[in-house]
Amino acid sequence: MGKSDTKPIKETEKNRGPREAYSSFGEPVKISYGPDDLQGFDYQHDLGDPGNYPFTRGIYPTMYRSQLWTMRQYAGMATAEETNERFKFLLKSGQTGLSLAFDLPTQLGMDSDDPLARYDVGKLGVALDTLDDLERILAGIQLDRVSISFTINSTAAIVLAMYVLVAQKQGVALERLRGTVQNDILKEYVARGTWIFPPKPSMRLIADTIEYCLNHIPRFNPVSVSATHLCEYGAKAEQSVSLPFLNALAYIDEVLKRGYTIDQIAPQIVFHMAVGGRNFHLFEDVAKLRAGRRLWARIMKERYRAENPESWRLKFSTGALGGGMTAAEPLNNIARGAYFALAAVLAGTRSLNMACFDEAYAIPTDLALRTSLRVQQILAFETGVTDTVDPLAGSYYVESLTNHMEAQMRKTMEEIESRGGVVKAVEEGMLQRELARQSYELQEKISRGEKVLVGVNRFKTDEEERPMEIYRADPQIRDSQIERLRAVKAGRDSRRVEETLRHLRRAAQSDKNIFPAIFPAVEARATIGEITSTLKEVFGEFKEPATV
Amino acid sequence: MQKRRPIRVLIAKPGLDGHDVGAKVVIQKLRHAGMEVIYTGLRQSSEQIVSAAIQEDVDVLGLSILSGSHLELSQELMEKLRARGIGDLLVLVGGIIPPEDVPLLKSQGIAGVFPVHSPLEEIEKFIHEQISRRRGEV
Repeated sequence: MGKSDTKPIKETEKNRGPREAYSSFGEPVKISYGPDDLQGFDYQHDLGDPGNYPFTRGIYPTMYRSQLWTMRQYAGMATAEETNERFKFLLKSGQTGLSLAFDLPTQLGMDSDDPLARYDVGKLGVALDTLDDLERILAGIQLDRVSISFTINSTAAIVLAMYVLVAQKQGVALERLRGTVQNDILKEYVARGTWIFPPKPSMRLIADTIEYCLNHIPRFNPVSVSATHLCEYGAKAEQSVSLPFLNALAYIDEVLKRGYTIDQIAPQIVFHMAVGGRNFHLFEDVAKLRAGRRLWARIMKERYRAENPESWRLKFSTGALGGGMTAAEPLNNIARGAYFALAAVLAGTRSLNMACFDEAYAIPTDLALRTSLRVQQILAFETGVTDTVDPLAGSYYVESLTNHMEAQMRKTMEEIESRGGVVKAVEEGMLQRELARQSYELQEKISRGEKVLVGVNRFKTDEEERPMEIYRADPQIRDSQIERLRAVKAGRDSRRVEETLRHLRRAAQSDKNIFPAIFPAVEARATIGEITSTLKEVFGEFKEPATV
Repeated sequence: MQKRRPIRVLIAKPGLDGHDVGAKVVIQKLRHAGMEVIYTGLRQSSEQIVSAAIQEDVDVLGLSILSGSHLELSQELMEKLRARGIGDLLVLVGGIIPPEDVPLLKSQGIAGVFPVHSPLEEIEKFIHEQISRRRGEV
């Protein structure tokens, strides 16, 4: 760095005093923190040893000294065969956690030959029309040896029923099935947008899924409550924990109404927390997750009277967000990703998937995916951050931020609950409006240069971007998938399909669990579109409220 | 002199992509700039979008696409606009757009392409300049 670079900073210091800084709460950040900021701090009450209530320091005593976090990369392969090949490759290289992404038509309950779906088949993930497709995706994979994470929400019950049928056909005992369906519909209304039915019937489907899982596939997580999309939609640090908590409690309450106990339900619920993104702040991101662990434990024990420590433990994986990745100078995103990952690991995540450096251009190439994995491996093996549990504990700044986060989360939750709860807030578009406004405000801060993005609004160069390799979907995929769908339809017993769909309609109208009626329809090779249409006849469709 | 009506903008989400935070941010920016902005909501067919553009008598159509299907969707939309006799509408595309696709979109008749993280001022300025020119104000 030349002399000219350092001079202006010195002058600034002399003339204007230290720079002002504000937290995400809008409060000034002190120049330094000390014992005064932690008055009344009580180690046992506020932190506890790792593995002990209230789990601020981590949900297990030895954390990374016993087991590193799972390095999971989310990637959508276009065809069943490609996905199957990729899965086998990953398993051979020692990975046991697989992640399955679906194309948008599958997520929205549309068949591959639906005209509205014509440009989206096989993009962003694999197309699933019938049970046969899932059988091809999982061919030759021993389902009692892997855990699969399914990114699916509105159609989660249908996809899960398919998965159970594939496992049964393999002869796998259902109590050995492990994995997760995202199945977090409330955040879909606010962000991401793959809703189909109105909130109330959707809540019933989620409760049906939780109930089915805890009775039949107890090692399978029926819900992964997600913070990532809310964060990309403008949620502030504390909201990226308090809003998912509200969603999780809404699901839990729905199942409690059916006569189950909190200790049967809570251990089944997992979270996908967020770090990074446009709102990234290393210490706030660490503090919000530490505060989240403590708050969840307290809510479960004090408010819900859970007695099983498994109910108190906040089990979360973490996503390092792509929203913070810039299109300008994309290689800079590798550094951003590394800091996001550092935050997740300092906060004690058990699993991490990262956005890639080409995130702003397309879905990641193999090179970008590998680089993200390398970032995690460098962090795990070259930096020493895994040597001791919760290394930031006791920091005046981090502990005071953690306290502040917990207090603010409680306030947000109470406020939404006092306004009629999160389901109502979503139905009326209240949450959507609030986050859209926050996103706009952040964007304006970037425009004004108050929020710095290197290479975007500071240190910009006029150098032309170097060409980058970009992932392209294969346009033939839709045709071949439609061919397959036709073949399945030609080979099935259409009277049986109609009969099972009639049965499904009656089950949807009743207040019984829907799962026993989904299985025969899926087995008869009813398509995901046919099953969804049948449910729409009973449940209706969500109408977007005005949110902007 | 007769006062010109405010610029009317339709922001649409074609295809199945549900990521609309960018669209909502742009809508707020353009409203603050005094434009009248209508939002279609998610999952609109090109027929629905073209009909809305005609019914609402808009000056500008903005498409937000983050699913990677921008080339196909904008092609189809431009054809439908021409078929309904409004092929000269000012159409913009925003979203996840690889740099080499920008000239392709422009060759389809898209007037302006604004990939994610484009400064909001640029979008606003572009619309103002284009519409002023079309209205013969410049």
